[in-house]
Amino acid sequence: MHTHDPDLVRDIAARAQEMRIDALKMVFQARSGHLGGAFSAAEITAALMFHHLRLNPDQPEWEDRDRLLFSKGHACAILYSAMARRGFFPREELGTFRCLDSRLQGHPDRLKLKGIEIPAGPLGHGVAVGAGIALALRMDSSKPSAWSAPSARASRAKVYVLLGDGEINAGIVWEGAMLASKYRLGNLTAIVDCNGIQQTGATADVMPTEPIMDKWKAFGWHPQEVNGHDVRQILEALDLADEVHARPSVIMARTTKGKGVSFMEYDHRWHGGVPNRQEFERAIEELQKGLESCRN
Amino acid sequence: MSELVSMRIAYGQALVEVGRKYPDVVVLSADVANSDHSYLFQESFPDRFINVGIAEQCLVDAAAGLAYAGKIPIANTFAFLFATRALEMIRTHLCYGSANVKLMGAYAGLSDSFDGPTHHSINDVAVLRSLPNMTVLVPSDAVCLTKLMPQAVEWPGPVYMRLNRNEVPVLFDERYEPRIGKAVRLRTGKDVTLVSNGLMVSRCLEAADRLRQAGIQAEVLEMHTVKPLDSETLLESAKETHALVTVEEHSEIGGLGGAVAEAVSGICPVPILRVGVPDCFAESGPYSEVLDRFGLSIERIVGMAQQAIQRKSSGRFLHDRGAP
Repeated sequence: MHTHDPDLVRDIAARAQEMRIDALKMVFQARSGHLGGAFSAAEITAALMFHHLRLNPDQPEWEDRDRLLFSKGHACAILYSAMARRGFFPREELGTFRCLDSRLQGHPDRLKLKGIEIPAGPLGHGVAVGAGIALALRMDSSKPSAWSAPSARASRAKVYVLLGDGEINAGIVWEGAMLASKYRLGNLTAIVDCNGIQQTGATADVMPTEPIMDKWKAFGWHPQEVNGHDVRQILEALDLADEVHARPSVIMARTTKGKGVSFMEYDHRWHGGVPNRQEFERAIEELQKGLESCRN
Repeated sequence: MSELVSMRIAYGQALVEVGRKYPDVVVLSADVANSDHSYLFQESFPDRFINVGIAEQCLVDAAAGLAYAGKIPIANTFAFLFATRALEMIRTHLCYGSANVKLMGAYAGLSDSFDGPTHHSINDVAVLRSLPNMTVLVPSDAVCLTKLMPQAVEWPGPVYMRLNRNEVPVLFDERYEPRIGKAVRLRTGKDVTLVSNGLMVSRCLEAADRLRQAGIQAEVLEMHTVKPLDSETLLESAKETHALVTVEEHSEIGGLGGAVAEAVSGICPVPILRVGVPDCFAESGPYSEVLDRFGLSIERIVGMAQQAIQRKSSGRFLHDRGAP
């Protein structure tokens, strides 16, 4: 397996922490938004956006780009920050989050903001839509047969879906999982941000989904499990997923909801909670400290 | 009586035609290809046919994904399943996300008559036309369907086409050139306008014949496109006849009747009577008898036309008395 440069790993971890700070400011300023699931997804999003995905921010609709389907749309503050820092739009625009006339809608809007692949927010769509995209990309790359449309294009593009562990309560996720498995979509990878907490409590109480690795396996997917805050593990799992060609891959990323801010961690009230001034300042301070330790 | 042609067979053939003409067309089915005859496409283009199983939400989401990647997906299942089970997928991806998917609602209206109310689809037009960016088509016969299919494929954005299951009378010949968004004036008349689509157009033409025998000249508009509605032609006709009757194989709530009322009432307030299925579930039975029983008989169209004419006279009277 390819080993990743320690500098790269450190750099991605630092970017993830910077993204948390951006997201915190955005939600504080907008007086609304979702921090808990944004913080849990920071390293995964950073690993994809700053290293793994083949993207061109200057050509967001480049046909052969890798697709990131941010299915847990409520956590989009972290995605917007990553996109801005990756060069899709100016960072100043992050201050318009959830404001009228902004491209940064409360949940992602693919028409307003180029680079957003799918509208998301109503949970559960990513896997099924991703299967559709993966099918289309494979049709374009397969050899023309007597029956199919001639196509000279050969797409190397891959599809990555980021979803939450509460999200997999939705039946459509499993309909999509079956479809991807039926068509052996090796160009599709799902990353489940398993932070263990959903809107009203622990996933284990709201709707138990364990043993979750067994479920994906039974649906025909290639499963891996990583620490979702360990950048090296995330990068290695993504590399391995790309090597699985005959079936879709899933990476169960074990994470902490509210990661990085002590009083937000493991607390479902920070799913959609908005910090007051005092909480905001305390959170910034903790995140800054975390950022410094990433850099050392 | 005019010749009868199966809408299902005509649909399957039209699908093969667009498959030949447009290489980006892919067809998805929720395992009903032998019902709606999309199996004809599957036979011709197996590499471009995707059976998602009995999973209508996945049908729409997967189609959206294919559309986001540049394909022109044509998704197939029963009409009621699009409008009810898969509605959120349609709203979020096709309408809000602008996924260029064409939905083909099979067995619409009461046309799957024997299977009963679980399979009837009498709310789909109301539901789907309320979504921003959606286009809603209701072809009246096999010729209309065949000519609208390539237009639906070329139309930018999502389209919902509502299809009859059964054999329906052929109304048109090759000279007929329907255009999405444009009503077709099939009869001209000065006393009342019948606005209709789908199978009910043929019943409206029969009703117009009977009305003529009673000395009433009924105009007949074929409104194969419910959205975007051709309000120009509609208002033109309303100003001429001052009485409208809408006739559709759909609940009388929110379908073509609702669309016509919305377009006309604020600009040219004339009596608008709606012939549709009353606000109830129908029953199993032979198609024609189910139609008659649940509000869609030719007699009822004739009666409503007469009522509309009476109302406009009394309305004019009230207006005259109120004038200074």
